Amino acid sequence: MKKKQKKTDADYPTTGHEWDGIREYDKPMPRWWLNTMYITIVWAIGYSIAYPAWPLLSGATPGLLGWSSRGDVKAEIARVNAQNAEIEAKLLATPMENIAADADLARFATAGGKAVFQTYCSQCHGQGAQGFKGYPNLQDDDWLWGGDIATLETTIRHGIRFEADEDTRYSEMPKFGEFLEHEEIASIANFVRSLSNQEHDAMAAEAGTELFAENCSSCHGDKGTGDREQGAPNLTDAIWLFGADEGTIEKTITFSRFGVMPAWQGRITDAQIKQVAFYVHQLGGGE
Amino acid sequence: MDYIKLAIFGFIALFAAMAANFAHDLAFLVHGLIVMMVAAIFFLRTLSNIGEPPKPIQTGYQDDVIRAGVIATTFWGVVGFLVGTFIAFQLAFPELNLGLSMTSFGRLRPLHTSAVIFAFGGNALIATSFYVVQRTSAARLWGGNLGWFVFWGYQLFIVLAASGYMLGATQSKEYAEPEWYTDIWLTVVWVAYLAVFLGTIVKRKEKHIYVANWFYLSFIVTIAMLHIVNNLSIPVSIFGSKSVQVFAGVQDALTQWWYGHNAVGFFLTAGFLGMMYYFVPKQANRPVFSYKLSIIHFWALIFLYIWAGPHHLHYTALPDWAQTLGMVFSIVLWMPSWGGMINGLMTLSGAWDKLRTDPILRMMVISLAFYGMSTFEGPMMAIKVVNSLSHYTDWTIGHVHSGALGWNGMITFSALYFLTPRLWGRTALYSTKLVNYHFWLATIGIVFYASSMWVTGIMEGLMWREVDAQGFLVNSFADTVAAKFPMYVVRGLGGVMYLSGGLIMAYNLWQTARGKGEADPASNAAIAAHAAPAE
Repeated sequence: MKKKQKKTDADYPTTGHEWDGIREYDKPMPRWWLNTMYITIVWAIGYSIAYPAWPLLSGATPGLLGWSSRGDVKAEIARVNAQNAEIEAKLLATPMENIAADADLARFATAGGKAVFQTYCSQCHGQGAQGFKGYPNLQDDDWLWGGDIATLETTIRHGIRFEADEDTRYSEMPKFGEFLEHEEIASIANFVRSLSNQEHDAMAAEAGTELFAENCSSCHGDKGTGDREQGAPNLTDAIWLFGADEGTIEKTITFSRFGVMPAWQGRITDAQIKQVAFYVHQLGGGE
Repeated sequence: MDYIKLAIFGFIALFAAMAANFAHDLAFLVHGLIVMMVAAIFFLRTLSNIGEPPKPIQTGYQDDVIRAGVIATTFWGVVGFLVGTFIAFQLAFPELNLGLSMTSFGRLRPLHTSAVIFAFGGNALIATSFYVVQRTSAARLWGGNLGWFVFWGYQLFIVLAASGYMLGATQSKEYAEPEWYTDIWLTVVWVAYLAVFLGTIVKRKEKHIYVANWFYLSFIVTIAMLHIVNNLSIPVSIFGSKSVQVFAGVQDALTQWWYGHNAVGFFLTAGFLGMMYYFVPKQANRPVFSYKLSIIHFWALIFLYIWAGPHHLHYTALPDWAQTLGMVFSIVLWMPSWGGMINGLMTLSGAWDKLRTDPILRMMVISLAFYGMSTFEGPMMAIKVVNSLSHYTDWTIGHVHSGALGWNGMITFSALYFLTPRLWGRTALYSTKLVNYHFWLATIGIVFYASSMWVTGIMEGLMWREVDAQGFLVNSFADTVAAKFPMYVVRGLGGVMYLSGGLIMAYNLWQTARGKGEADPASNAAIAAHAAPAE
């Protein structure tokens, strides 16, 4: 048998043209290259018959498999919903206080609550719920509007100072810069600092005592311990939402603060509200 | 004639001054002043030349504009790599945003992409196409000084675009950020570019049009079409930078990615293949592997690329049928893309031994290897199931950079190393050793970049989709950001290496142009040998 001789470059002519010294061989295209291209073309035709592909006058060919990306998502959501339907119904029927007693329910609420928290809450309250300036820390036991589980659920559902929800929690501290002199405000700031035993000017604090009683105690209480009914912070616990230094406190008194949290009712489901309330409650500060 | 020119420049300067005076925003004001200054300079130059005898008509190749192009390519390359490396570290260390809007990631990122694609890549394409079309047509550039208009007009476009980004003028379309008046200016420059290129081909003395010129021409024509359609917008005011797109919603998204994908296809692929088809056979001193392959893969490539854009919009509001077509066209595109790689690599068969001695040829080979890798990766990522993992992740960034740093960067570097000694009339490069350093720094830099982005991309894709047994998400977005930190540092180091390579090249080319290489021709035996054809 005669062995087929492998062709060398010398066996191939060039095309005969030359540009700036460059010539071109007249070699055939590699077979594997051509065959692979044919295979991809055949596959492309097959795929476009199986799946929605060719545009028509209105709409497009639906494809033999009847697949659609929307249908795919719908089926996946339906599967998860069906899988969780029973336990979700149970969660909705169980009062907030009783969730912890049922281990399965508690696990479901924690996992779901964490997912909700990471998606919707962490932007303001922080990844670990540690809070930022103006956004409360949810791990400590200092609560503006109350830290028991039912109260948390109400706060999440209706938000704080969120005008679109008529049941939202609402209160507004006056801008004391409009009625008081700067010196008076500085005295109150020093008195407020004295409440949590921080460094302060004793003379100024003394002067601030009466001003506090006249202007602040109706909301923050005679002793400055706050009032959760109207979201008035406790001023004696050395936990500060906006900052503890004298300048910041003066600014707070002069211009007031007006923190807003959106109402989540209608944006997430009732079950999700209960889940995230349960999750936040067991972060460490729940009452 | 001179008086007409004077009147035109004077009018432009005056109008630009008025525009700056009535400007509604800072970017428009600054741009008005820039245009005014440029027009004033040309006014004064024309004025001082009045009465001078006309210059004799030049014959021979027009190489001065190409020399300018080589300098601009090198300069913008280093600038683009520098900004890229800086923003890579911004992602790892956000403090580097410096708290200023001008230096924030959002403004520097388009500065980086435009600097490397349009300033570095664009200047490389214009300069090499002018070089190649003259040599392979045996004709001087058509249009006299029109080539110079293209060069300086393009630099003005770059300056307007870049300063606009820094000042916040953007139409927020990826790779098409410049605002309306910058777009109009680029259109004018591009039409001139097409005229120069086509004019030179028309008056060619060779019977046939060389394959490199098919690719260059398809690049110029298609970019003109893409640029005009994707930038259709209505200015809010003639004295302000803001404009409003004529398309809305998913139509706008599809137009944008029809543009975006074909900027990759015709700017970064077809244009650079033109470069490859000239410089690889020249440097290897071998005939092109297959004429048939070049015809088939050229037509297949330009026919198929234009349909593949929808794969950027998988699992979005884009209808399923359009997504399917985007995906299947991307996959059929695989082999036509590889045709260019095969033709390049097989041209070297019979000359493989030269790789040992010639680092420029080695750069060309690694460039073709990265071209082959990213044109395989691309169709793969266009498959919907793969895309559902890779989309929006760093994998995409890694894919783009293995193509851009590997293919576009390396083929451009080798073209610059080829051109500089020839354009400045030197016998050899200043140092072959430095080319070798550049080669290794760039190659290892790319490997750092691509592999770190594969790791973070696949990791964050998996983290985003991770759900527990009850279907709840496990990770938050911030978790994925924190997890990516170490790989972001690795990516930044890859950038530092690539940038260092670019600086070494700039030094080497500078010394070559100054004539430092001639003192030591022995260090560059490989190139010297190629200067005289061996066959």
